[in-house]
Amino acid sequence: MTRLAVPKTYKLYIGGAFPRSESGRTYEVMSADGRFIANAAKASRKDARDAVVAARGGVAGWANATAYNRGQVLYRIAELLEGRRAQFVAEIEEAEGVSRTVASAQVDDAIDRWVWYAGWADKFAQVAGNANPVAGPYFNISVPEPTGVVAIIAPQDSSLLGFVSALAPALVAGNSVVVVASERFPLSAISLAEVLATSDVPKGVVNVLTGSPADFAPWLASLADVNAIDLVGAGDLDWISLEIEAADTLKRVLRPEPGPDAAAPALGRISAFTETKTVWHTKSLR
Amino acid sequence: MTEPTTESQVITMPGPVSAGAPTAGTALVTARERALAVLGGEPDDATLRRYLHGIAGVDAVGLEQRAAGLATRSIKTTSKRWALDRIISLIDLTTLEGADTPGKVRSLVAKAVNPDPTDATVPRVAAVCVYGDMVPYAIDALGAAHGEPDDGLIAVAAVATAFPSGRSSLEIKLADTAEAVAAGADEIDMVIDRGAFLAGRYGLVFDQIAAVKEACRRPDGTSASLKVILETGELVTYDNVRRASWLSILAGGDFIKTSTGKVQPAATLPVTLLMLEVVRDWHLATGQRIGVKPAGGIRASKDAIRYLVTVAETAGEEWLQPHLFRFGASSLLNDVLLQRQKMTTGHYSGADYVTID
Amino acid sequence: MSFLEYAPAPESRAILSLRDGYGLFIDGEFVDGRGTPFQTISPASEEKIAMIANANAADVDDAVAAARRAYDRTWSKMSGRDRGKYLFRIARLVQERARELAVAESLDNGKPIKESRDVDVPLVAAWFFYYAGWADKLDHAGLGADPRSLGVAAQVIPWNFPLLMLAWKFAPALAAGNTVVLKPAETTPLSALIFAEILQQAELPPGVVNIITGAGDTGAALVSHEGVDKVAFTGSTAVGRSIAKQVAGTDKKVTLELGGKAANIVFDDAPIDQAIEGIVNGIFFNQGHVCCAGSRLLVQENIHDEVVERLKLRLSTLRLGDPLDKNTDIGAINSKEQLERIRTLSDVGVAEGAERWSAPCVIPENGFWYAPTIFTGVQTSSRIAREEIFGPVLSVLTFRTPAEAIAKANNTPYGLSAGIWTDKGSRILAVADQLRAGVIWANTFNRFDPSSPFGGYKESGYGREGGRHGLAAYLAPAAIGRAAVTAGRGAAKPRLETSGAAKRDLDTTASRPTRSTKARSAKPAKKGAAK
Repeated sequence: MTRLAVPKTYKLYIGGAFPRSESGRTYEVMSADGRFIANAAKASRKDARDAVVAARGGVAGWANATAYNRGQVLYRIAELLEGRRAQFVAEIEEAEGVSRTVASAQVDDAIDRWVWYAGWADKFAQVAGNANPVAGPYFNISVPEPTGVVAIIAPQDSSLLGFVSALAPALVAGNSVVVVASERFPLSAISLAEVLATSDVPKGVVNVLTGSPADFAPWLASLADVNAIDLVGAGDLDWISLEIEAADTLKRVLRPEPGPDAAAPALGRISAFTETKTVWHTKSLR
Repeated sequence: MTEPTTESQVITMPGPVSAGAPTAGTALVTARERALAVLGGEPDDATLRRYLHGIAGVDAVGLEQRAAGLATRSIKTTSKRWALDRIISLIDLTTLEGADTPGKVRSLVAKAVNPDPTDATVPRVAAVCVYGDMVPYAIDALGAAHGEPDDGLIAVAAVATAFPSGRSSLEIKLADTAEAVAAGADEIDMVIDRGAFLAGRYGLVFDQIAAVKEACRRPDGTSASLKVILETGELVTYDNVRRASWLSILAGGDFIKTSTGKVQPAATLPVTLLMLEVVRDWHLATGQRIGVKPAGGIRASKDAIRYLVTVAETAGEEWLQPHLFRFGASSLLNDVLLQRQKMTTGHYSGADYVTID
Repeated sequence: MSFLEYAPAPESRAILSLRDGYGLFIDGEFVDGRGTPFQTISPASEEKIAMIANANAADVDDAVAAARRAYDRTWSKMSGRDRGKYLFRIARLVQERARELAVAESLDNGKPIKESRDVDVPLVAAWFFYYAGWADKLDHAGLGADPRSLGVAAQVIPWNFPLLMLAWKFAPALAAGNTVVLKPAETTPLSALIFAEILQQAELPPGVVNIITGAGDTGAALVSHEGVDKVAFTGSTAVGRSIAKQVAGTDKKVTLELGGKAANIVFDDAPIDQAIEGIVNGIFFNQGHVCCAGSRLLVQENIHDEVVERLKLRLSTLRLGDPLDKNTDIGAINSKEQLERIRTLSDVGVAEGAERWSAPCVIPENGFWYAPTIFTGVQTSSRIAREEIFGPVLSVLTFRTPAEAIAKANNTPYGLSAGIWTDKGSRILAVADQLRAGVIWANTFNRFDPSSPFGGYKESGYGREGGRHGLAAYLAPAAIGRAAVTAGRGAAKPRLETSGAAKRDLDTTASRPTRSTKARSAKPAKKGAAK
């Protein structure tokens, strides 16, 4: 007797919860060979707004956590991902139509990327910051701080690795993020959200939207409470318009990167979503 | 904030203080009464500590920057001429050497009375400042020129209280003071017990100042003006200077003075600025004006002009009078005279054209 | 007489040998502009100083072309050591001609000579000295070995610190190996043109630095020019926004240093006399024409009255008048337009119910002037508490707790600077942590140093000027094959520790698609550097 499988419902991830799109709309996610896999939520601009509100709520707690703590939380994600490796490999095989070896490699890379970025959490400030030898009786130091709420259009041609490559560095410094998953390969992103929900990442720090980025990316780009937007996966959108929209509130913008190694690991991806703060204080023995 | 500049504290001040005429040397209440009014308790170590440590701190860098900013004022032409004359009239021409003799004091007095024999328009200095045992010689030499500096006459100031270290018993300090006053000194420049201050024995410092103030009284009820030397070079920090300034004023000092001239650094512009801020605040709180005397190390006219600027822009121009501001100096006078000659003749003068004292 | 009515102490103008007119400085020579020339005037007297050439689009082309040639043929090929030597030369020449530059700056800008003499010009020299030493040490700038210069930098600067902003722009750009085209503000071109003479004396190769004068349209043409690889702008947030739109979709790297509405937070345990000085310096330095000015005084409610009283006393000693008088504290407002803006916003403050107090000053008959002014009873919702006035106008607000102070300080779209005054060290550090601003001055204000990064959060712009960060703004990591960076998807392991990854450090713009600026029409910036 064969057992009837229980399919998963894929929803959005906003403020630590998994709501359906408020629009009630979904879209069909197909396998590489054209079979129906699942319905994914088709996020609306209101979902985008809700995600940003949730992200704003998550900023203070995450940004004020110690760097050591953030590093541990990010490493914990790698641990949990490792434990659910088989699930992600299977998802990627089915969605992308790649071999188990290739899918496994993608999951391994994603896990290792979390580990790499987790290690940066309590180090990047030492590399990106400075003690400044000013010509006067002052203590003067520059430190990087999180920019705030970062919206990310994840790489579109990758299920998991692209998503993680864009998400992880934005979290290192203490930003909260709203990530728009690959439209074609959204399911691993939602599965990852399930990992995040059971990890120690505070509610609201990561929010995941699925659907057509073209529908709501302009809203993210223009939303005043978004401080930065990473267009790494927006190459096929009208990203120039997004950059222009973002200019209205002078958001920090990362422009699209093409290719399979988009959002390759780099310290620059961490510092792109940081602000250098310089603090002066007088010093005297008198 | 416990700094006594807020309105409520002004209101709680007893009438005699806030209404007091700002006449140096004639405080209208005793030190203890004044202290009780301001401190709300006996001037013992604990109460004084609570009070003095409640005064806002001083950021040294900011203070020094403000002083440096004031020092950039450019005083030219008519302003400079006025400033030079005013500096002369604010000088306590000083000799405080172990080798001082009646002859040296007479010579100093002659210089004080007639700073530039070639120019009768040069004003007289405010006072001559000598050791207590030299007071009779100074008074004798001054003759008719002896009197109130605000009236263009010359006062006699005596250092007292085991100057400069202050390391002696209170009895000896009081005797030292009383003797100088009895000899006719108009002003007493006392030193505080820095050791006691640094040890936190604020009550002791207070009591000594108050006692010396009593010793300044003359049989006729008038009193010699009391300048309290903080020796800021030994207090070192600006917070200490500010606390010692408040303490000295509370205890009855008519003037607060930076230094003995025997310790380096002596007067500096930032320290003087800080003390001027204290007397400004005291005036705002009580209506009473306290004098300030930077002493030691001010040798050039240019420096002295910076002090005038600092006084005028901090406490106000009315402080530029002998009963509210003095320079404790000796070589400064000749530099001012050289500058003055230059302004008069249009060319630079030389050291041989002013008298050595 | 009153001693405080100091006799006039004017700095002599004899040190200046001004020409009647100044051309554009392109390819090492002064050339005529093809636009309609304009007058630059002294805002203190409205006297005419000189005619200034106006660069049209063709002139912009020429300047960019000259910069490109100099970049390709000379500057990018020169050793860092020699680039550094040129910058050292320039620093020395600035020191030698410091007095002249200070007089020119005060004449053209209206700022007090004591500020141009003691702040602006010394910092200009310091900036060149600092970055001169970087020129042959770029491997240590934080971008890995052999970082690249970007090419031609378009730089547009404001009128509040004309020569200092020029130095902030030139020094790091040239040290990094870029060539530059700079447009000074329309109302303050003079010191930049005298600086061009210094460049000639330094024998800087022609075209490495080009200075084109004109109004906003000249600046817009420059930043949108296709031959430009880097845009650096200091000025208003409105213009910065339009520049961000203009460069959208291009490969240009951008640094924007824009407006501010800084909170200067005074706690009840502050070193009060120094705090008063800091408040005064924070908002009345340079007539308040300072993007990082402490224009919002947040004072703890329990010392509000005392602070305001002390402030009024202190402001009453400020001396407003002839910028060339060495005793002037408050100079002229830079232009009639700016004066109008200050007046308008002040009137708004009154209309909103705030109480206006201005220091008693005699206002000169000619020129543009505004007495130091404070508004009390200002609410967080008041326009004068939210909009950048860019003048000598302080809005006073109160707070009760550190958390409230932080919340009020951060409640602005700007995030350039802030001040904290308290004797409590732990509070300083904690408040500094929470303030969303790029520069925090604790128990001091308005301090600048070439080694210290400066720049804003949020709508105050992005990128930093000063320090290693300011240098990195003009560099990209070494060009390397992308294949070397990561093995891409499917590889067993990304080469996270490769030198390639390290080389990408701090760079986020490598290898992205770009689109021709011609492909889209961007709105030109309406007005040039307003501030």
